[in-house]
Amino acid sequence: MASERLNAILRPGGVVLPGDVARPRTGGWRTGVKPSVDFSLCVDCLLCWIHCPDTAVQQEHGVFQGFDYDLCKGCEVCSEVCPTNAIQMVAEATPLDARGAVLPEGGRRDG
Amino acid sequence: MARTSLGVEVLTGGEATAHAMRQIRPDVVPVYPITPQTPIIQTFSRFVADGKVDTVLLQVESEHSAMSAAVGAALAGARTMTATASQGLALMVEVIYIAAGLRAPIVMAVGNRALSAPINIHGDHSDGMLARDSGAVQIYAEDAQEAYDLMVMAPRIAEHPAVLLPVLVGQDGFSVTHSAENVTLLRDEEVQDFVGPYEIPYPLLGSRPSSQGLFAMPDAYFEIRVRQIQALEAAEQVFADIGRAYALRFGRHLGAVESYRMDDAQRAIVLIGSTAGTAKDVVDDLRDRGEKVGLVVLRLFRPFPHQALADALAGVERVAVLDRAAAPGTFPPLFADIRAGYAGTAEMRSYVYGLGGRDTQPQDIARVYAELSGPAHAGIRYLGLLGEDQHGES
Repeated sequence: MASERLNAILRPGGVVLPGDVARPRTGGWRTGVKPSVDFSLCVDCLLCWIHCPDTAVQQEHGVFQGFDYDLCKGCEVCSEVCPTNAIQMVAEATPLDARGAVLPEGGRRDG
Repeated sequence: MARTSLGVEVLTGGEATAHAMRQIRPDVVPVYPITPQTPIIQTFSRFVADGKVDTVLLQVESEHSAMSAAVGAALAGARTMTATASQGLALMVEVIYIAAGLRAPIVMAVGNRALSAPINIHGDHSDGMLARDSGAVQIYAEDAQEAYDLMVMAPRIAEHPAVLLPVLVGQDGFSVTHSAENVTLLRDEEVQDFVGPYEIPYPLLGSRPSSQGLFAMPDAYFEIRVRQIQALEAAEQVFADIGRAYALRFGRHLGAVESYRMDDAQRAIVLIGSTAGTAKDVVDDLRDRGEKVGLVVLRLFRPFPHQALADALAGVERVAVLDRAAAPGTFPPLFADIRAGYAGTAEMRSYVYGLGGRDTQPQDIARVYAELSGPAHAGIRYLGLLGEDQHGES
């Protein structure tokens, strides 16, 4: 838990002050599955970026950059619209790298 | 009735409480009348109408609305009080939980009364016990003087930065709310100086914007609730400190627990509220006859002063805990709390008395002390219940 979040919780009655929730972590609501990506199949069409209802898909200068799991609710829209099947939904516990790529066998989850 | 000198008045508990409110000068009092609390707010309304105090008196359509308005006012930055009893307190309970959770330091005067059904307007502690787990501080007065003194202490307990919780100040319906006795009032300026200004950390009408009453997900609710529980626990020390400050200044000391003739006592009664007066007379009579009996009166019920109570009962062999409320299906609240936190060796027995205003006479209390000399009973005894032996057993 981020310390700024803890500070807000520890105020009497959970009072929230300006700036406390500058970075919401609504991905905590995600239920069961999360998107993974095989970057070798991605053609940067950005259909996932257009359809994502929660700005969880990241892109830079038209190039797909992966997912922000603090925002992703696991709605599966990105994997539905992906034309190359680069995006696959996987179980929450599946180890992925920070951008959402499946780690090689035996890889460790990085946070 | 501007008061310029310390004076003794003949007042009911309700009137004495209204005087305390007038002297504290709360900014806002949202209220709905209900017996036996009515004399509190009736007297206070007269003070407002006569210009003796400039409180905004909000006459709302129910106790639920009264308590809801009180939460808004207190969080906005206004010193806020209300008063209620019985079904009115029951209707407020939902919002008392919210007031405690939002850390709104509202002082509530309660004329403790039975709950329906059957409908009944007389004294017992069922209403206060309904609010037992609301997170509010609960204090009970023995008589009108204590009702007044505790009311003057209450805002400082409620508004203490380590507490910030509602405080219920209970007085037994009719036997305190409506009974006139000598009450020593402080001077208005003494009360105002003792209570001080209303200060809360995040007033909604202050200069710093804030969001309050937000939705808390499973990742935050638990921490917020535990902090609230810890704040209630902190109120035990705060009550003791403010009690000492009050005693130092005004000469009357009200601790969490009062021990009456407990030195060398072998048998003791523990109870809450106005029946303490009756029990003290009985203790005096029995002591005159050489019986080693004593009385422990609990003023602070939430947070529960487990250690102070254990200290008061040190060396006692047999204890009768008298509850003026029931917890159908299990042992009554005071008995259950004492047993839960007591590691001593005294044998404890549970009595329920005085429900719906049933009078508890000196002979009833004497009977409990006599029974303490005999074999223990299992379960709960109902003191003063009509029946073959004048009390039932379950």
